[in-house]
Amino acid sequence: MPELRCPICGGPVRVDDDALPGELVEHDCGAVLEVYQDGEGRLSLRPFEGVQEDWGE
Amino acid sequence: MTVVALLYDVARLDEKMLIKELRERARLHLIHVPSSVLEMGRGPGVDAALERCVSHYNAVSSAAAAESWGARTVNTAESIALSADKAVTQALLHRAGIPTPRTMLAYSVESAVRAARDLGLPVVLKPLMGSWGRLAALAGDEEAVRAVSEHREYLGGPYRVHYIQEYVRKPGRDIRAMCIGGEAPAAIYRVSSHWITNTARGGRAEPARVDGELEDLVVRSCEAVGVEVGGVDVVEDPERGYLVLEVNAVPEFKNIVRVTGVNVPGLIAEYLVSRVRR
Repeated sequence: MPELRCPICGGPVRVDDDALPGELVEHDCGAVLEVYQDGEGRLSLRPFEGVQEDWGE
Repeated sequence: MTVVALLYDVARLDEKMLIKELRERARLHLIHVPSSVLEMGRGPGVDAALERCVSHYNAVSSAAAAESWGARTVNTAESIALSADKAVTQALLHRAGIPTPRTMLAYSVESAVRAARDLGLPVVLKPLMGSWGRLAALAGDEEAVRAVSEHREYLGGPYRVHYIQEYVRKPGRDIRAMCIGGEAPAAIYRVSSHWITNTARGGRAEPARVDGELEDLVVRSCEAVGVEVGGVDVVEDPERGYLVLEVNAVPEFKNIVRVTGVNVPGLIAEYLVSRVRR
């Protein structure tokens, strides 16, 4: 299970081995984080920007 | 082996269930749209693509890209674009003879008030495009209609078209039915004491029986907007019976799976792969 860093509090965040870009993770610090692939193709985390105006079904 | 793409932006439980089912039936190419470059006319060699983007504009454009590669898309870019616009959907449902709540379009604050007066208060004001009950307002008197309409005018753009619908006195619930390739395999009641019953807004899901009349209505609604895999929202009017509110072209189904036990993602995956085999 990869351990990443929360970009808000710097604390450790464990994500599933099969985590996908676009997956959302709630961290203990209260931040909602989005899994993404950085320029090197590694999984990383960034703050989730929230529901956008055109989101829906 | 059939190669299918899953086009997505947020990997929710729904998408994870679809990934599992698609991998059992085909070679899966996962495309996270926000981090991808999609070249029109030159794709990764997929036979079919399942569109699952939560963002409407991501969904329409990435489905269009997949179609430019020659992939069979479910749903098509055209049907996603049509179903997202409530006025266009209403027009298509009307033409197909499908019962819907009485709806008016108004283009100024004063005409919005006039429309509400004509429909009878309370009325529901909705944005032309929007989901999960977002920005929908229940207006109990003319002053509320005026206030909401004025806010919409200030927002500008598509919000300046006032979509005003009669308030259906539904029995504390509405229905979300799934339609997959001309069949309606499962439905739920969305129960809430609040007038917005979306489960995304706290409505409680309970299994609903799909009778012949409901199935016919749901299937015909999806056909009317060209949607092959859709979630149809239906309300029950005490006198008129079923009325169709809208057709959702990228439907969420995790609550339907949870309370009905129907393997909706499996049925969707099977349908997608079967389209390629034809």
